Amino acid sequence: MSKRKMFFRMIVASLLRRRSRMLVALLSIAIGATILSGLVTIYYDVPRQMGAEFRNYGANMILTAADEAFTQEDAAQGIGRIAKSDLVGYAPYRYENVRVHESPIVVAGTDPEGAKKTSPYWNVDGEWPAASGEVMVGANVAESFRLSVGSTLTVSYTPEGKVQKGEALEDLTADYKITGIVETGGSEEDYIYMSLDDLAALTKEQGTLDVCEVSVSGGADAVKKYVDQINSSVDTVRARVVKRVTASEATVLTKLQALVLLVTVVVLALTMICVATTMTAVVAERRREIGLRKAIGAPDSSIIKEFMGESMMLGLLGGILGSVLGFIFAQEVSTRVFSSSIRFRPLLVPVTILVSIAVTAASSLMPIRSATDVDPALVLKGE
Amino acid sequence: MSLLELKNVSKIYGELHALDNVNLKVEKGEWVSIMGPSGSGKSTMMNIIGCMDKPTKGEVLLDGVDIAKESKKNLTTIRRDKIGLIFQQFHLVNYLTALENVMLAQYYHSMPDEKEALEALERVGLKDRAKHLPSQLSGGEQQRVCVARALINYPEIVLADEPTGNLDEANEEIVVDLFHKLHDEGTTLIVVTHDPEVAEVAQRMVVLRSGKIAKEKVNDHFTGKIRFE
Repeated sequence: MSKRKMFFRMIVASLLRRRSRMLVALLSIAIGATILSGLVTIYYDVPRQMGAEFRNYGANMILTAADEAFTQEDAAQGIGRIAKSDLVGYAPYRYENVRVHESPIVVAGTDPEGAKKTSPYWNVDGEWPAASGEVMVGANVAESFRLSVGSTLTVSYTPEGKVQKGEALEDLTADYKITGIVETGGSEEDYIYMSLDDLAALTKEQGTLDVCEVSVSGGADAVKKYVDQINSSVDTVRARVVKRVTASEATVLTKLQALVLLVTVVVLALTMICVATTMTAVVAERRREIGLRKAIGAPDSSIIKEFMGESMMLGLLGGILGSVLGFIFAQEVSTRVFSSSIRFRPLLVPVTILVSIAVTAASSLMPIRSATDVDPALVLKGE
Repeated sequence: MSLLELKNVSKIYGELHALDNVNLKVEKGEWVSIMGPSGSGKSTMMNIIGCMDKPTKGEVLLDGVDIAKESKKNLTTIRRDKIGLIFQQFHLVNYLTALENVMLAQYYHSMPDEKEALEALERVGLKDRAKHLPSQLSGGEQQRVCVARALINYPEIVLADEPTGNLDEANEEIVVDLFHKLHDEGTTLIVVTHDPEVAEVAQRMVVLRSGKIAKEKVNDHFTGKIRFE
């Protein structure tokens, strides 16, 4: 039998046949590795999770015309530069001045499905317009004209610039069914919302877009990257970051990540203290065995190697356990805090195991060194 | 040249002379017992001969080398290569089997050899108990494993400290019989004991008192067999 085989046979025997003792050490390492692996998983998943949370506060990128006007096709070209996995949604907007009971008012033509995604914080009483002939009105508009969900709204539009001198103004009028009343606490409550197709039908022209709101996940850096890409590759649109949203997102993220990092470091330190204490107890408990090994000719280096081997094996087992339990822990935290599942990162498994081995080895160094101070003559003394 | 020679060896702890100017020679293949009451210096002498301690004064020549002058590291090497230790409390590693405990001595000495370790256990009549843990063995069986471990590397000297101190009469006889066999095979034996029956079966008995050799007695009727009254 080779020396290496005997070495592993002794380590395995020590771990298996001293189960109750080793279980305590293994438990402390596994708990440390679990929290470490869980927190690091959360640390790396926080931008994605928080990105999704922040998308509730509205679009973080807007597209406008590079020159005078831009079309839906131009907007689509810009949007095409954003990876599908990062695109939460986008809503093109075309604004026109119309009249309701001879009072001027602004109508916003949009894609209601897209607007739902870019403005999830809008509080809609009723439903978003889904079919042709349906509109949603702002709360202020509803109040001014005593409108309610289900009532009919007559909208008049006068095509500007097309009136010849001496000609009577020819109003384009259409009736719409109100499906919802929107409350935002902002200027959105002063508008009427309908689909772009309905607006095109009312104005009898396809028209151009005024703005396109885009919601991108992945944090400030991702948004900045896509803005640069769009601006450098699409001539007809100009992309801009909505700094109000991205800056606060970045601030919160930085603070949250710093907090998670701090907790991780504290947990790591506590684990080291715990492992060092356990190993000190293990060494103290095995002083006679160490004395015996020395008495039958074990050099200090062998004693260090054997105890280090045991603690590294414990680190390996604790790391494997911690990787599995850490993911479950992170998943639980993510489900409870962010209401979404966490992404599994395979790289974290070897990293957790390696860190667990390194931390266990480092915290065992002092107690193991003290093992070499054992005097065989003293500890083996007869009764 | 004697295998072991103590020349004017003293071990002093403050005012206490644990060993006081001791001179002793042990020849190769000799069976010597060291007797004495508690505090007479038996353990101190055992530790010094076993390279686990150094004298304050004097020379300890083992195979011509003065071990009193050797470094701690060299003493470990000498202990590993030349000395087989047997303890009163057996001192087996409790999570290793009888076989693994014997192989442990091989592991530190040279190369573990399962077959050879099994043969050593066979010599002490424990081949069928090779896979048992110390907790599954009786005191006598544990001591025999300890003997097998001490012999596995063919040491120059087997040093036994109260080897029968924790054994009943039957097991005491088994262990002494083993010593007799070892002696017949040419092994040098130094047995520290306070049991006169065990001491008297040796070829020569050295009695220590207050750190000094009070008496030396050669056994004229040496048989190597214990004679119970």
